[in-house]
Amino acid sequence: MAEPVQIRAVGLAGLLVQFADTMSEPANRAAIAFRAAVEAEDWPEVRETSTSLVSTFISVDLVTTAPEGITEKLNALLATQDWHSAPLPAGRTLWEIPTLYGTDAAPQLEEAAQAAGVSPETAIAELSSARVRVLTIGFAPGQPYTGELPPHWDIPRQQALTKSVPAGALVVAIRQLIIFTNASPTGWRHVGQTAFRTFRPKDDHPIALAPGDELRFASVTAAEYARIVERDTSGNGGAQRQVLA
Amino acid sequence: MSRTLEILSCGPAVTVQDMGRPGYLAQGLTRGGAADTLALHEGAALLGQPEQYAALEMVGMGGTFRAGADLRIALTGAPMTAMIDDAPVAWNASHPLPAGATLKIGGARSGTYGYLHVGGGIDTPEMMGARGAHLSAGLGAALTGGDALPIGPDNGSSTGMTLPADDRFVGGRIRITASMQTKHFDTETRERFGTTSFRRDARGNRMGVRMDHDGAPFVAEGQLTILSDVIVPGDIQIAGDGAPFVLMCECQTTGGYPRIGTVLPCDMARVAQAPAGAALSFEFVSLDEARTLEQRANAARAALGSNITALLRDPHSIRDLLSYQLISGVISAANNPFAPEE
Repeated sequence: MAEPVQIRAVGLAGLLVQFADTMSEPANRAAIAFRAAVEAEDWPEVRETSTSLVSTFISVDLVTTAPEGITEKLNALLATQDWHSAPLPAGRTLWEIPTLYGTDAAPQLEEAAQAAGVSPETAIAELSSARVRVLTIGFAPGQPYTGELPPHWDIPRQQALTKSVPAGALVVAIRQLIIFTNASPTGWRHVGQTAFRTFRPKDDHPIALAPGDELRFASVTAAEYARIVERDTSGNGGAQRQVLA
Repeated sequence: MSRTLEILSCGPAVTVQDMGRPGYLAQGLTRGGAADTLALHEGAALLGQPEQYAALEMVGMGGTFRAGADLRIALTGAPMTAMIDDAPVAWNASHPLPAGATLKIGGARSGTYGYLHVGGGIDTPEMMGARGAHLSAGLGAALTGGDALPIGPDNGSSTGMTLPADDRFVGGRIRITASMQTKHFDTETRERFGTTSFRRDARGNRMGVRMDHDGAPFVAEGQLTILSDVIVPGDIQIAGDGAPFVLMCECQTTGGYPRIGTVLPCDMARVAQAPAGAALSFEFVSLDEARTLEQRANAARAALGSNITALLRDPHSIRDLLSYQLISGVISAANNPFAPEE
């Protein structure tokens, strides 16, 4: 049985539909699918929508719109299907992003492998073959939280923060991988480095990834990675993309 | 001459700001925009132009500016000392800034964010649909001496107008309403939150403002297990040390710390403007009350234009007093000023 879905007011900024209290793959899928359904309804009072890990946010001006009416509409939409088993929206993208694991460029690979109970070689094999999904975008513009990795990658964040990882850093914790948008301090472990830019303010499409997109972080050698950095001007960092049916 | 405002020098945190950049929440970008949007409405009312026009936001101190053409300006938000060609000018008012004239804006006398508006608006290129800098996202940059800002065409001509001074620059009582995790704080903790006197910590910026208090930290049940979820500006996040943090216009889009409540949009300017050390307190109101208060604030904002009056000038400050025509048209012997209006 899926958990009961809850609708809460987010101050006067809108309503939140929560599909679970803890992270789960079906609840994440429900949030993404439900957001697409709300967008398709095109209700005039809805300003914008977004998803977090297991919830959908519907931005509505609750000063001028009574909460009761929009809550009723959301409840009616929720009742149309079992959102926890809803298919993901069409038109998602699969990205294959070249990644340099370990070395001085990503110095915490060994530490992370040890925390996950595998050798560094196995860690690279597992992380580079895993096909993960963008669970949500947040913290910084375009920054993806992706997952879920196998259960042994449920490693905690570090107690002490790493002072700074660079933009494009691939970091791991709690069965998730993040590519950092900007240089930032973090408690997640820096296991790989990419030349992929998640936020390109001057582009027509400044944000490359969307919730529901899938990613694979293919392993490349230091020499290949250096060649990519040298040649790439697009911000794609040598990534290949393919639209999923 | 070109329609520009040249920055000769300025403080470290002067940026172009507007009403922000809605529509990017799903992509991890909060709206941003002016920390005190009421000040943008005031500037727009003083110059008789749309509040969407971009202005300069000045944190704590202004700078020295030179007009590249005949411009109109308005000064709003945190009152700062201001002079045009070395003559003091009133805050919360509109003034002519003739071509070549120099405007000097000093430190804030109270409050935090001052605004310099220009007739026609600051016309820098839009970035993702707006002009405001969003520094935490890496959009735009703080301005520096040598920058010249393009100014849009000005359809207005009136200056010398003023609005009544507001009291939002010294802290005070902040109305809040329940947030998603309010119920994770027990009744005793919520009541204590409403009766505690806080001080605005010196650590505060466009992302968030920390509040200090004496006494026990505020702790939610299951504080560390709350799943990361959507954040909106105004949310009061309780971090690991039990100190509240009010999230401001440039906050993150998601966060995993529990939120005890959320500040009403109409009181956000008061939080933003409170200078370091200012006393603040929080009062819970119901969602219904919050809606009523906010509707009242919307109406007051819409009526700003009708509160504008001509600036009364102190004759001692008028250098060219003798050049003014002081008599004609002022007095009518025929009209009885005490007659009741129809």
